[in-house]
Amino acid sequence: MPGDYKQKAVILDREGIRRALTRIAHEIIERNKGTENLALIGIRNRGVPLAARLAARILQIEGKEVPVGTLDITLYRDDLSTLANQPLVRQTEVHFPVAGKTIVLVDDVMFTGRTIRAALDAVIDLGRPRLIQLAVLVDRGHRELPIRSDYVGKNVPTSKKENVSVLLDETDGDEKVVITEGENFY
Amino acid sequence: MPILKKDMLGLEGLQGDKISLILDTAASMKEILGRQIKKVPTLRGKTVVNMFYEPSTRTRTSFELASKYLSADAVNISASTSSAVKGESLGDTAATIAALGADVVVLRHPMAGAPLLLARSVKCAVINAGDGAHEHPSQGLLDLFTVREKKGRIEGLQVAVVGDVLHSRVARSDIWGFTQMGASVRLCGPSTMMPAEIEQTGAICFTRMEEALEGADVVIMLRIQMERQQQGLFPGVREYARLFGLNHKKLALAAPQALVMHPGPINRGVEISHEVADGVQSVINEQVTNGVAVRMALLYLLTGGGMSDVAH
Repeated sequence: MPGDYKQKAVILDREGIRRALTRIAHEIIERNKGTENLALIGIRNRGVPLAARLAARILQIEGKEVPVGTLDITLYRDDLSTLANQPLVRQTEVHFPVAGKTIVLVDDVMFTGRTIRAALDAVIDLGRPRLIQLAVLVDRGHRELPIRSDYVGKNVPTSKKENVSVLLDETDGDEKVVITEGENFY
Repeated sequence: MPILKKDMLGLEGLQGDKISLILDTAASMKEILGRQIKKVPTLRGKTVVNMFYEPSTRTRTSFELASKYLSADAVNISASTSSAVKGESLGDTAATIAALGADVVVLRHPMAGAPLLLARSVKCAVINAGDGAHEHPSQGLLDLFTVREKKGRIEGLQVAVVGDVLHSRVARSDIWGFTQMGASVRLCGPSTMMPAEIEQTGAICFTRMEEALEGADVVIMLRIQMERQQQGLFPGVREYARLFGLNHKKLALAAPQALVMHPGPINRGVEISHEVADGVQSVINEQVTNGVAVRMALLYLLTGGGMSDVAH
């Protein structure tokens, strides 16, 4: 992990993440009365493994496979003109038609809401979903746009100086959610 | 530090990691081309000026579409409609463009080095879309992209470039690009159309096409410019076609599933036969599609893109 940081608290450990995802999977099925027309789209980077895990749990619970896609929102960011250097563009991989589907966007941390705003535009450019919902592992507040999540692993009140880092086996070789203070490396 | 320099003037001296970054970005851009709505808001409010002092259909259209798919505004200036016919110098035209507020200028010019001259006098990014017999970097990059996509790699491949190497800017960009990415480049053409000391680039020259094609993984055919015949560089079109044209029989000498490429526009029956141009090994039309993706990547990266992850 780049940058120096001071870990202040572990807010979810391995078991905590597992339980939160299991609950979210149940909630998704319950709210949508099954898995018909359901599809999950993970937002790069850490939303991608989270979406895959949710799909695996839904398969365990309901015995139904739901399509999973990957969204790169770089080209839709609202700060491209203000950043000195634009971020790397990675691939969007949504190999199913989104038109008419119930799409659950999956991300690790919900903060200002700007990523989700970009993700909504990116999804709608692929077609017209019937419904878009949002699942996040951690909601840390400080919204700058009128956007809310439908499924939350854990609500964590934070100060703006703090950072919330989600570490996952697939992307970071560890499994926990920590609050850190210092250099913004996220 | 931006990953690329201000301008894209040529592939000579461009490091492998930068070429890879462009190709990776182009792969992401290609996904957009497959969508029903081919538009992303990324370059909203940016202006791309296409200045073409030479005729061009695909390169100009390709840059124009690439700009539009990224939501930039594209303006086309061709030599015949610009003030160049009134005697305006390139430097003065550049000053005008700068004053108009362009973010990127795409320049095609008959003189080698014109894009460099322009790049030095304007603040905005300059992309060389072909200058004389010097370079055509976006074509070189789309050739690299097409080969990487089809073959899964570039390193270790044998790439044959056949035709009028002397007058071909595509050949030069291909030589630099493929060599930098670890492929071996073989050149072949009439000796009147082979530049002196071209082997210093690391390419190997052949006089017989059969030898150049033997076991090649990629065959890039260059367009024969018909006006060259008047200059006496080759005796006749039919003889050229027989000695340096690509047909089924000659293609069979190349590696199985060798790719056939051509920067276009093609002279059917001269440098390439109908059946090869339209055959299963031909990726000529895919080159055109990939050209748009590569140019989108260049526009994105030259307007500041390519830094790693930033908070969002």
